Amino acid sequence: MLIADVVSFAYGSAPVLSGVSFTATQANIVGILGPNGSGKTTLLRLITGALRPLSGHITIDGAEIGTLPRRRLARRMAVVAQETHPAFDYTALEVVLMGRYAHLGAFELEGPDDLAAATSAMQASGTAHLKDRLFPTLSGGEKQRVVIASALAQLDTGAADSTAGKPILLLDEPTASLDLRYQIELASLLVRLNVDREVTIVLTTHDLRFASAVCRHVILLGAGRVLGQGAPEAVLTDQSIRALYGIPADVASPLLVQ
Amino acid sequence: MLLICAAALPVAVLAAPFIGSTPIAISQVFSRTLPFDQNVDAQIFFLARLPRALAAALVGGTLAAAGVVFQALLRNPLATPYTLGVSAGASLGAMLVITFGARVPFFGIAGASMAGAFLAVMVVYTLAAARHHGLSTTVLLLAGVTLNSFFSALILFVQYVSDFAQSYRALRWLMGDLDVVSYTPLVGALPFVGLAFLAFAWLARPLNLLSLGADGAGARGLDVTVAQRLAFFSASLATGAAVSVGGPIGFVGIIVPHFVRLLVGADHRLVIPGSILLGGTFLVACDVLSRTVLAPVEMPVGIITAILGGPFFLWMLLRTR
Repeated sequence: MLIADVVSFAYGSAPVLSGVSFTATQANIVGILGPNGSGKTTLLRLITGALRPLSGHITIDGAEIGTLPRRRLARRMAVVAQETHPAFDYTALEVVLMGRYAHLGAFELEGPDDLAAATSAMQASGTAHLKDRLFPTLSGGEKQRVVIASALAQLDTGAADSTAGKPILLLDEPTASLDLRYQIELASLLVRLNVDREVTIVLTTHDLRFASAVCRHVILLGAGRVLGQGAPEAVLTDQSIRALYGIPADVASPLLVQ
Repeated sequence: MLLICAAALPVAVLAAPFIGSTPIAISQVFSRTLPFDQNVDAQIFFLARLPRALAAALVGGTLAAAGVVFQALLRNPLATPYTLGVSAGASLGAMLVITFGARVPFFGIAGASMAGAFLAVMVVYTLAAARHHGLSTTVLLLAGVTLNSFFSALILFVQYVSDFAQSYRALRWLMGDLDVVSYTPLVGALPFVGLAFLAFAWLARPLNLLSLGADGAGARGLDVTVAQRLAFFSASLATGAAVSVGGPIGFVGIIVPHFVRLLVGADHRLVIPGSILLGGTFLVACDVLSRTVLAPVEMPVGIITAILGGPFFLWMLLRTR
């Protein structure tokens, strides 16, 4: 269970988040919504441990993120960044295998277990046929699914380790570079991961329709504060959308039809 | 592919001493009938040319591997071992000893260049670590580039106040010269290079992750700060040691890594050993060229690597958008 408890953060003297709390229970899909600059990505980076909260706590099963050993945290929680640009031309399989870092010793080579984890992750994300392609030559949608495969390979603790707790997958703006077809594919992939593998998913998005189609719980952020949270149909009302984006909900409402 | 490279290096090191302005015969070199002090061919082989070939192999391999590490650390395929000012610091140290050497005994050119490199490294590191937990690669780059031109100005100043003979020696050193006539500089550099290579071996997989960016690497379980620090200091140490032997020989640290990536792909566990082997072979070959093209005059090897490397670099630049 992932819990944020009255979390605040500032870059220098500019406050970005104040008093944000939420709970992502096991096997939930949580969407963090809000306009540009509302603090979505900062909140996500606080959850990954890339940033430390100024005050408040973010915990996984009661353990504060900052106190967890990095490698153990990585086996439990994976992040899909908005965009991934490797500095060199790795193949898709190599990018996926990078997810196995936290499972290997300092000088250890990837073994059959790691290859199996990578293969099954690529099958789950529909990228098995891309494994020998160079990552930079893939389309935006293919790249994202390869990065999702890398995250799944990272979370694959094998059958032996059933005490490890359910995996957590964080995605930053996963629909940003995707066309409609890939958005639908991504939505069904996330739901499948959530239902079949009990992966807790937390994502940020601008896309109200995507959020209401995929998420069970949405958090509406405005200027660093939680304006409302709960089931999407309860939170994404005419009133809240108008308050947040300054546009009437009937502009947004066709998008809310699933 | 790595096996071919691994075979090429010793072959090059052993073959190179037989090529030169004075021909020597293989049968004579290893002949047991003559005592060593009367066997001219063996003396040329073991005392004049073999240390030089070994130095070329060591310097070439070290610079190429350091280039790989800097490119991954800075996430910039155009980075070289000299981008962050290590060579400029080393050059300034060497210049000072060449010009004012008489007044500072016990401090050879190699020692002074190591000290200069160390100074440059500490300045750049302090700047990059000052306002950032971990290392800011942007500040690293900016500080390195600034320090490079600052030290270059100091080098020019030292050149300006020195006389012709000193100036000529200094210029030759700056061109990158493998005029090594004993095993001493090799033995001096070897522990530093060995230590750096040990770090490179550990860094191979972390460098793969770092090329995704700090956040991506951290989220996959890498301690980014530790990896960045180790990469920075080990690659700087390797560069400083290599420059103390051969001067700031250019382009090996950039063309070899790119060529190796074309052969073996991007995985640093292959790119680093491949670059060590191919970098060594490449510089041994360049050194043979530098000794023979204008024989009996020897050209500084840095001129050869730059003549070969310059066009290659431009081609790379055009290729990577």
